[in-house]
Amino acid sequence: MKTIKLIIDGKTAEVPENTTLLKAAKTVGIDIPTLCYFELKDMNIENRPGGCRVCVVEVKGRRNLAPACNTMVAEGMEVYTHNIRVLNARRTVLELILSDHPAECLTCAKSGSCELQSMAQQLGVREIPYQGEQSKYRKDTSPAIIRDVDKCIMCRRCEMMCNDVQTVGALNAVNRGFMAVVAPAFEMNLEKSPCTYCGQCVSVCPTGALTEVDHSRNVINALADPAKTVVVQTAPAVRAALGEEFGLAPGTLVTGKMVAALRRLGFDYVFDTDFAADLTIMEEGTELLDRLTRYLKGDKDVKLPILTSCCPGWVNFFEHNFPEMREIPSTAKSPQQMFGPIAKEYFAKKLGINRKNMIVVSIMPCLAKKYECQRDEFKVDGDPDVNFSLSTRELAHLIKASNIDFSSLPEDDFDNPLGESTGASVIFGTTGGVIEAACRTAYELYTGKKLEKVDFKELRGLENVRHATIDFDGLPINIGIAHGLGNARKLLEDIRDGKSQFHAIEIMACPGGCIGGGGQPYHHGDSEVIKLRASALYREDAGKPIRKSHENPFILELYKDFLGKPCGEKSHHLLHTHYFDKSAGVFVEE
Amino acid sequence: MARQIRIALRNCGVIDPERIEDYISRDGYMALATVLTELSPEAVIEILKKSGLRGRGGGGFPAGLKWEITRKVQADQKYVVCNADEGDPGAFMDRSILEGDPHAVLEAMTINGYCTGASKGLIYIRAEYPLAVERLKTAMKQSREMGLLGNNILQTGFNFDIDIRYGAGAFVCGEETALIHSMEGLRGEPTVKPPFPSVEGYLKKPTNVNNVETFANVPVIINKGWEWFASIGTEKSKGTKVFALAGKINNVGLVEVPMGTTLREVIYEIGGGIQGGKEFKAAQTGGPSGGCLTKKHLDTPIDYDNLIAAGSMMGSGGLIVMDEDDCMVAIAKFYLGFTVEESCGKCSPCRIGNKRLFELLEKITQGNGTMEDIDKLRNLSTVIKDTSLCGLGQSSPNPVLSTIENFIGEYHEHVKDKKCRSKVCKSMMQYLVVPEKCIGCTLCARNCPVNAISGERKQVHLIDQEKCIKCGACMEKCKFNAIIIN
Amino acid sequence: MAILESIKSLTELREKLKAKQAALSQKDNPQSTIQVKVTMATCGIASGSRPVYDFMKEELSKRNIPALVSQVGCMGFCYAEPTIEVTMPGKSPVIFGFVNTKKADEIIERFIRKGEVIDGVIPMNYETA
Ligand SMILES: Cc1cc2nc3c(=O)[nH]c(=O)nc-3n(C[C@H](O)[C@H](O)[C@H](O)COP(=O)(O)O)c2cc1C
Ligand code: SF4
Ligand code: SF4
Ligand code: SF4
Ligand code: SF4
Ligand code: SF4
Ligand code: FES
Repeated sequence: MKTIKLIIDGKTAEVPENTTLLKAAKTVGIDIPTLCYFELKDMNIENRPGGCRVCVVEVKGRRNLAPACNTMVAEGMEVYTHNIRVLNARRTVLELILSDHPAECLTCAKSGSCELQSMAQQLGVREIPYQGEQSKYRKDTSPAIIRDVDKCIMCRRCEMMCNDVQTVGALNAVNRGFMAVVAPAFEMNLEKSPCTYCGQCVSVCPTGALTEVDHSRNVINALADPAKTVVVQTAPAVRAALGEEFGLAPGTLVTGKMVAALRRLGFDYVFDTDFAADLTIMEEGTELLDRLTRYLKGDKDVKLPILTSCCPGWVNFFEHNFPEMREIPSTAKSPQQMFGPIAKEYFAKKLGINRKNMIVVSIMPCLAKKYECQRDEFKVDGDPDVNFSLSTRELAHLIKASNIDFSSLPEDDFDNPLGESTGASVIFGTTGGVIEAACRTAYELYTGKKLEKVDFKELRGLENVRHATIDFDGLPINIGIAHGLGNARKLLEDIRDGKSQFHAIEIMACPGGCIGGGGQPYHHGDSEVIKLRASALYREDAGKPIRKSHENPFILELYKDFLGKPCGEKSHHLLHTHYFDKSAGVFVEE
Repeated sequence: MARQIRIALRNCGVIDPERIEDYISRDGYMALATVLTELSPEAVIEILKKSGLRGRGGGGFPAGLKWEITRKVQADQKYVVCNADEGDPGAFMDRSILEGDPHAVLEAMTINGYCTGASKGLIYIRAEYPLAVERLKTAMKQSREMGLLGNNILQTGFNFDIDIRYGAGAFVCGEETALIHSMEGLRGEPTVKPPFPSVEGYLKKPTNVNNVETFANVPVIINKGWEWFASIGTEKSKGTKVFALAGKINNVGLVEVPMGTTLREVIYEIGGGIQGGKEFKAAQTGGPSGGCLTKKHLDTPIDYDNLIAAGSMMGSGGLIVMDEDDCMVAIAKFYLGFTVEESCGKCSPCRIGNKRLFELLEKITQGNGTMEDIDKLRNLSTVIKDTSLCGLGQSSPNPVLSTIENFIGEYHEHVKDKKCRSKVCKSMMQYLVVPEKCIGCTLCARNCPVNAISGERKQVHLIDQEKCIKCGACMEKCKFNAIIIN
Repeated sequence: MAILESIKSLTELREKLKAKQAALSQKDNPQSTIQVKVTMATCGIASGSRPVYDFMKEELSKRNIPALVSQVGCMGFCYAEPTIEVTMPGKSPVIFGFVNTKKADEIIERFIRKGEVIDGVIPMNYETA
């Protein structure tokens, strides 16, 4: 590749051709501010509409200013990133953006993590000279996401996520000129759109225009109610990210502190969704083996590949887009929804309390889980198996609001019996983890042999679509992995067209899996953060004494005591579900 | 006496646009035949480059160079696009050409296809031009029947066909990248250039986009030679330009004049002067993206570069003449109103900045402006031009800047004296009763819709300025001319 | 219409058409005739050129005046639409503005039939390539 030499603010930069001025400036230590630009490096995710115009710089010989995020280097270019013309233009543009923005920082859910707010601080804006009409829109609350697009700055990141990465197409720019905004087709409610509630739009929105529906009030009320036994479950990905909210380095595991904080908050029982993840593996693994065995025996009707079903964003996606294929995914519920009935039908009975007096709260990296726990099929006489699902961010706020000094908390352990888990369930939180966990169990159950090497390194990584062949003692099992719904769509289309070579496919809606979930602390476009969270989970797995789901003693006891056998009648009733054709009633703009 | 020379309009008003024979009798399709049988693509491009033809859609980019760039990009498929979106308010040059001489555009597009290596042409035309569409369709049918369009044109083995695409009428869809997105079924909004359409355009393939008038010039240049064409016009702007004369001019209409004709010649000799013998104040060229030319520009030869130097631009050829009755602040506000409506909303300076410009102008025309507001207008205009993504925002403040530059006095009057000398800005006007003339007949008071007029019978009446909504009913009714506008 | 097979056949067709066209205006040519062109672009039609076109076509034949009436695109005189151009054999074309059917009648009776000078003539102010 050709090297280009150019001068930026008097410093000589040498970069490969086709480098943007933004990146070239970074190589010589110059940070040009950006708002709409967004990138998740190594994950094939980039947003560069060139819309906000705060990144403008002066290029000698050019008539107007150039957007650094969108202008490529050229030999001999002379660039000025902070002369008076540039500074004045940048500040004026920001003042304009702020002039069409409600100044609600005091009460805004995004305050403190808001990129617009921090840019206003960085540029030292103290007044907004250009006052005028502000564009106003209807606020839209869906089961998981709130759209308050008065705060939208048209960076189009959500649109890029929803269209290019997720191929859902629920959000697009609508209207023209001053009223232009990103919204579902015909400015309908998100609930009427094909939105999967994956929350990826929320995770990239620089402002408070897109946020999660906050359920922490409901949880506080439940905790204060002496008549209720409040049980909490925490998903694997939460422990790898929660620390970031308290200033700890990304990738710091805070399992023990998290448990301690939850206890302080007043939860009666602090359990682990990981326990339910082990249960998921028992059910899903058994289902896989069953389909596989039938297939090998020549049953041509058996549906292969089997698709994982533990991600509710993904479930919503195929219910909307591929309803005709809804027989293919495993019928196993997600770990969150497996935990619910075990808590309310098994544990509550053990405690001798009515299920209605038990409140199950889940702490999730996920916004789709907020919707999932409200689904009718997960309720008994109107009582949801899981009452409230909080995001990692909401938990952090709760901890802060309760005056708990997180960093100095002593480490604590989960309660039993629903708090014991294996390494297999921990890695559920990252892409490839579910299928690796399934392989560990399925291998041993199928071959009857002990697995020598527990780590399936070939299933790990961040490439968009991965595949590997695992040797089940002479039987090659083809595994596919996709994270991000656009990648999932490709694998699904292959299946539909009869081109799929896989026996089992793991799909996670969020890029990176749940560690990159829509409810996680904001990564602000730093893919290193996501990678560090993944390695934290693999570290926790490696340190666990038990690393295969079917060896979890409490799981074995649960089957003996209550469930019977995997995919048996009782587990079928409590731990499996069915899917719906939701393609009708979803409006997409043609 | 200044003369018009009709090159782009050569057949308009002369031939029956629905008869291909008429076109052929005037050397129609000869250029195509010559090109296909006698000239290499490079040779044609060379002719065009030497002719000095520049794009008539606004930017003035050399046409030959654009064709050459498109030719040089390697691709399995290329496209020729004719931009017939024509969104400037008051402009109808392109429509007239398509309605009067559709074959010229088809012929030129086919020649372009031969030169660039494209086999497919698309005409992007606003749906509000049904007659032009009809005539294009008729023309395409005829030329296909005669083997002048479609497969194996004139039996030379060259294939080229043309389709029509309809624009939804948004002004910004005339911008070439927005136009391409619109044809692709995407939101009609511009994207950052480069890549230019010539390199990556429709369906990501190299796409040569030219304006209707640009195309209409091509066949004659081939037939008559580049020397002839280059002999017309100024050093850097060759040939002619079609203008749509509008506003306070006697002969409203389409004119085609050699580049370098002065504004005075256009207005007074060709356009027949100002209506009612009033005094010329300014002429807006370049539509909403342009600026105004004033008395001091009357003798400037009109070409691309001189117009830019004068703070305006050629644009697509709208030329609106204003006289002493026009308020320049209101004119600026009018254009900004258009831009605010037509901005696509993609980039912040244009989306929000133009709105703020409009609001500031509104404030000034309502008599609430301050001197600081004029400074804000200047700074904001400069920044919007400097930072906007596409040509719309990069030029939308021109009317503001050029009226401030040339008519700062009027701005000051609005701000300091709360006066609009042209009596256009209603909020600044005061309806007053002249006591000497009022006989106290009460007619005005009885006709005021908001009861703003008080006074006893046979007493001098008084208009309450707070209540008055400036409808003018009183003045109309008063039989003694006792009510005046201040 | 026949397919043109080469530049030669195009040239031949052009020459034929040119000759026919020229003949129309030659005074003593037996093929010569009065030519009437009515502006039928959007602006012309909007200001009423269609009835003028129909009137010209019908009335000229009714009144037994051999003439070729055709529609053309915009002549540029928007301020004076509808406009029509009349060419008497051997003479230069004359353009009339603000033509309605009444005016058209006058043009037929006085200008075409009697060769009188009538008002409403628009000076032709351009040359054509
Ligand atoms: C806001 C905007 C509107 C435009 N509208 C038109 C239009 O209506 N017709 C046109 O030919 N070009 C229009 N242009 C210019 C086109 O982008 C492009 O430069 C032109 O079609 C190229 O053809 P030319 O080189 O033959 O002029 C517009 C540009 C901008 C920025
Ligand atoms: S979005 Fe950001 S800038 Fe806007 S109110 Fe919220 S915190 Fe403040
Ligand atoms: S939650 Fe996911 S599917 Fe829904 S709008 Fe956001 S990105 Fe699109
Ligand atoms: S909603 Fe948020 S992410 Fe989407 S365009 Fe607006 S500011 Fe950007
Ligand atoms: S990948 Fe994880 S965080 Fe994302 S939607 Fe699925 S379950 Fe939720
Ligand atoms: S300058 Fe205006 S029209 Fe052009 S991209 Fe920006 S918002 Fe859209
Ligand atoms: S960051 Fe470059 S335009 Fe927004």
